[in-house]
Amino acid sequence: MSKHQKKPVNKKYILSRLWKYIYHFKWLVAAAVFLTISSNVLALLGPALSGRAINAIEPGKGMVDFKSVFFYCALMLVFYIVSSVLSFILSRLMIKLSQNIVYKMRKDLFDKLLDLPVGFFDSTHTGDIISRISYDIDTVNASLSNDLLQICTSVITVGGSFLGMLFISPKLLLVFAVTIPVTIVFTKLRTAKVRPLFRIRSRKLGELNGFSEEMVSGLKTIKAYRRENAMIERFDRVNTDAAQAYYNADYYGSTVGPSVNFINNLSLVLVSAGGAIFYLFSMMTLGDVSAFVLYSRKFSGPINEAANILSELQSAFAAAERVFSLIDELPEKADAPNAEDIADIKGSIRFDHVKFGYGEKEIIHDLSFEVKPGSTVAIVGPTGAGKTTMINLLMRFYDVNSGAIYLDGRDIRTLTRKSLRRTFTMVLQDTWLFGGTIAENIAYGSDGADRDAVISAAKAVNIHEYISSLPDGYDTVISDEGVNISKGQKQLITIARAMLLNSPMLILDEATSNVDTRTELQIQESMNKLMEGRTSFVIAHRLSTIQNADMILVIRGGDIAECGTHEELLKKDGIYSGMYRSQFK
Amino acid sequence: MKRIFIYLKPKLKRIFAGLTIKTIGTLMDLVIPWILAYMIDTVVPQKSVRLIILWGFIMVICSICALLGNVIANRMASAIARDTTLKIRHDLFSKITHLSCRQTDEFTLPSLISRLSTDTYNIHQMIGMIQRMGVRAPILLVGGIIVTMTLEPVLTLVMLCTIPPLAFIVWSVAKKGVKLYTALQRQIDRMVRIVRENVAGIRVIKALSKTDYEKDRFGKVNSDVVAAEKSAKYNMAISNPAMNLFLNAGLTFVILVGAFRVNAGISQTGKIIAFMTYFTIILNALLSVNRIFMIVSQGSASANRISRVLDSPDEFTTGAPDHKNTGGFIDFEDVSFSYSGPGAVPQLKNISFSLKKGQTLGIIGPTGCGKSTLIQLLLRFYDADAGTVRIDGDDVRSLSLDRLRSKFGIVFQNDFILSDTIEENIVFGRHIGEREVLESIKNAQAFEFVDELDKGLNHMLTARGTNVSGGQRQRILISRALAADPEILILDDSSSALDYKTDAQLRNAVNENYFETTTIIVAQRVSSISHADLILVMDGGKIVGAGTHEELLNTCDEYKLIADSQMGEDMMEGGADDE
Repeated sequence: MSKHQKKPVNKKYILSRLWKYIYHFKWLVAAAVFLTISSNVLALLGPALSGRAINAIEPGKGMVDFKSVFFYCALMLVFYIVSSVLSFILSRLMIKLSQNIVYKMRKDLFDKLLDLPVGFFDSTHTGDIISRISYDIDTVNASLSNDLLQICTSVITVGGSFLGMLFISPKLLLVFAVTIPVTIVFTKLRTAKVRPLFRIRSRKLGELNGFSEEMVSGLKTIKAYRRENAMIERFDRVNTDAAQAYYNADYYGSTVGPSVNFINNLSLVLVSAGGAIFYLFSMMTLGDVSAFVLYSRKFSGPINEAANILSELQSAFAAAERVFSLIDELPEKADAPNAEDIADIKGSIRFDHVKFGYGEKEIIHDLSFEVKPGSTVAIVGPTGAGKTTMINLLMRFYDVNSGAIYLDGRDIRTLTRKSLRRTFTMVLQDTWLFGGTIAENIAYGSDGADRDAVISAAKAVNIHEYISSLPDGYDTVISDEGVNISKGQKQLITIARAMLLNSPMLILDEATSNVDTRTELQIQESMNKLMEGRTSFVIAHRLSTIQNADMILVIRGGDIAECGTHEELLKKDGIYSGMYRSQFK
Repeated sequence: MKRIFIYLKPKLKRIFAGLTIKTIGTLMDLVIPWILAYMIDTVVPQKSVRLIILWGFIMVICSICALLGNVIANRMASAIARDTTLKIRHDLFSKITHLSCRQTDEFTLPSLISRLSTDTYNIHQMIGMIQRMGVRAPILLVGGIIVTMTLEPVLTLVMLCTIPPLAFIVWSVAKKGVKLYTALQRQIDRMVRIVRENVAGIRVIKALSKTDYEKDRFGKVNSDVVAAEKSAKYNMAISNPAMNLFLNAGLTFVILVGAFRVNAGISQTGKIIAFMTYFTIILNALLSVNRIFMIVSQGSASANRISRVLDSPDEFTTGAPDHKNTGGFIDFEDVSFSYSGPGAVPQLKNISFSLKKGQTLGIIGPTGCGKSTLIQLLLRFYDADAGTVRIDGDDVRSLSLDRLRSKFGIVFQNDFILSDTIEENIVFGRHIGEREVLESIKNAQAFEFVDELDKGLNHMLTARGTNVSGGQRQRILISRALAADPEILILDDSSSALDYKTDAQLRNAVNENYFETTTIIVAQRVSSISHADLILVMDGGKIVGAGTHEELLNTCDEYKLIADSQMGEDMMEGGADDE
């Protein structure tokens, strides 16, 4: 992620982002505020009632007014019951609220994720993404559900106590004129110190998760090389970093509460000593002093509480920052405003002086060629020559740096990505299946394909028999690491998927590399049928697919070195024929 | 949860010291209001400024002690939480690396990942919180009860009557909480899995315009996670209001009983008032205790998940020495195996062959025929259900895993790349010098392209090696396998992305420079294995042909079919140089 790391976003920005989520559920929030106030008021009425009850007891031995005592006790019970029910409803409401926000945040994050350009995934650890979706959002959530209410209650209490003190002795209130700024300055300074630490803590945890993901994915290799201990050592380093970062944040974060408490205690000392002296000089009554002290206790309590949740808030901020920074990643460039959907196409493709590089380094320099509708183009060349890059450009996973690619004479940048990609079927070397049933995997992409269609696609690629031999047949769930299914079988399933898709154009990038020759021979016919009438781009090692191509592009260092049919290129006696002959040596 | 205590045990002294300091700090905090009351009630009426300042000074000292005590104790608690988490995570990770493949299959990778991350994080939080909150609440609780006892034992007992039902509620809520939080973690596993899937398949998803579908799919898991978390928290939400209700009801009864007692002249109103002040303290303390319970029940769900991994038995034990002079170096004696264990449809059926030291074995056959399974048995990722696998006459089960696996250099299909330099990927944490690394990349035909990179061997690879081409990736992996000069080299379909010429050069280099190495090549291309001393043609878990290339061409129809179909193929990319 380091590459995508932006300047630390400011607090206001994060707050305004968070506020949007909260605002989205404004009615829930309003209900929560209402409940908070009413259950607090009810809880406060309880003691008042008990006061009445005690007044009724007051007269003492033999004089107790039992009628009133019973009355007020009964009333108290009712109030407490109502208050408890309200607070129960309130906490459920808060859970609902925070979970709704979490749901929405997670959804936004994931939705954004899928709209990011594929390059993002090449440079980001999966574990780090997972860390944001789970841990970071959880942290924000914990803070939202606990701290928000706490802050609300605190504000009410602080405001009330302040008014109370103001009425009793504005002079004594001057004490707070000293301690409150001290608290604020201290908290500010601490926050400035602690915030980066929490940011580091979140990041390190993300790194730990990224590392765990990486290692767990490579378990077999690690075992085969007996590198367990070496990897444990590496893990320990990352682990220590993460635990230490947590500790560092805690080290300073956990001093905030006691420190603010200390300042409060000091102000208490000043208030009581000052009050006592005022009393001595007859500037205050003793009753006023004790009432003032009571208020000041009430006053500092919530401030204390607020300081305690401050560190929680800091970690929530750091987490929110990571969440929003992913949501703020630049998505795939939006389709041009006047982009059109493309549906019925003939399938002619033209590369016109295309230049492209993933970063600084240009990989494709000035590539131009034309493909007639329905023809098969084989792309041949050494690894790293830019074959896969061409496909990336064609599918608009990336856009060209200069030049243009035309589909049926239309610049593909003037088309919507979705409709453009719909016109292609792509089978890649890296097979990808998801944790659903085999039938779902085959029908993936062809919405509403029925079981018969799925079966006939499976038959066409010769995997029907195998699937039928499984206990659950087409409903076999493909498990995580799929011990039950080999790489080659997975690839056949993805080819069946392509068969079912029925798009006008076809991209086969080493599509049969994991399939053995015999099976390949068996599915050759279906593959040919698949390519029939479709503009097809084929990247392959094997000759059979290439030999019959209408055009062979020999790519070398991002340029077309040779171009023509098999026969033409052999006659030319250039690179291609050299390659062809080398195998007979 | 027991596990966590085992981890905390060695730190008991430190924990105890921390808690003691914390207790002092907390007591100081509590002494301050007491001094305050004393000042107003006793000192002020004495009208002595000196005394007032003296007591004020004492309060300042108490405040400083409270500050220091709390800060020091908090930091000690953090340190203990850090050290414990470090150890737990370390043990968990090393256990995971030592799990057998069957066990990892069972736990599933996403679940292991989230156990390493979310679950250990929960534990970290729990250990810190308990230490910080675990002092104040009990002190206030016990202190409050003692004071009320001295004030009015009868009324205190009335109040204490509410404790048993409260304890029952807290306990059963917490118990149910563990279950619900475990369910929540399970849902999180599912979510992690879908995120992983999406990241891995992003190209396919975009190509098929299935992003909306995937968003829906994630949306479902998302709502499942949210639902699980809601029910876990809803359960927890009962205990706080219930506590408030019970205690306040208790208080009401205290007033009622108090009324009778006052009426009877046994008690005074003042006592009841004082009683109510302390009652608030007790209530708050109980609420804190409840919070601790909530944290613990979430934490112990995670602790249980971690313990399940830590407690899984070591599946692979080294058996008694079992040596047999077979004359071969690698022997499979009538080996059968199924991933689902004995009795299921076997992936390998009665496999027997023998290979001499320094020879090359080629394995070819259709997808799913058991080629890779055979390799997994040789490395003892799984144990054979029947029959014996021998290396140099020793049953693989009789060798320690270390001794067994140190013999191999292996490249799997789509093998694992560290996000580190090329050199680190080749060295792979072993003691391998620069000379060996250079030699290995030369033999793996990787020298040229590595040399052309700006930073050469120090070129940083991304996770999954996405910043080099497939062929380059394979050559780096082959260098890794060659670097330690292994006794047995296994290439499991790992030169598929190499062009014909490079593949041939690689084979020559291996033959010339590693002639003592026994090589096993799993391939789909006949040209990759035609030079082998022994070729196994496999189909449906059985060997359908064995022999040299020439022999098989005459005896094995399957082989002939494959060979014929590939004649004149595999020519692409030859002679071209890399970028």
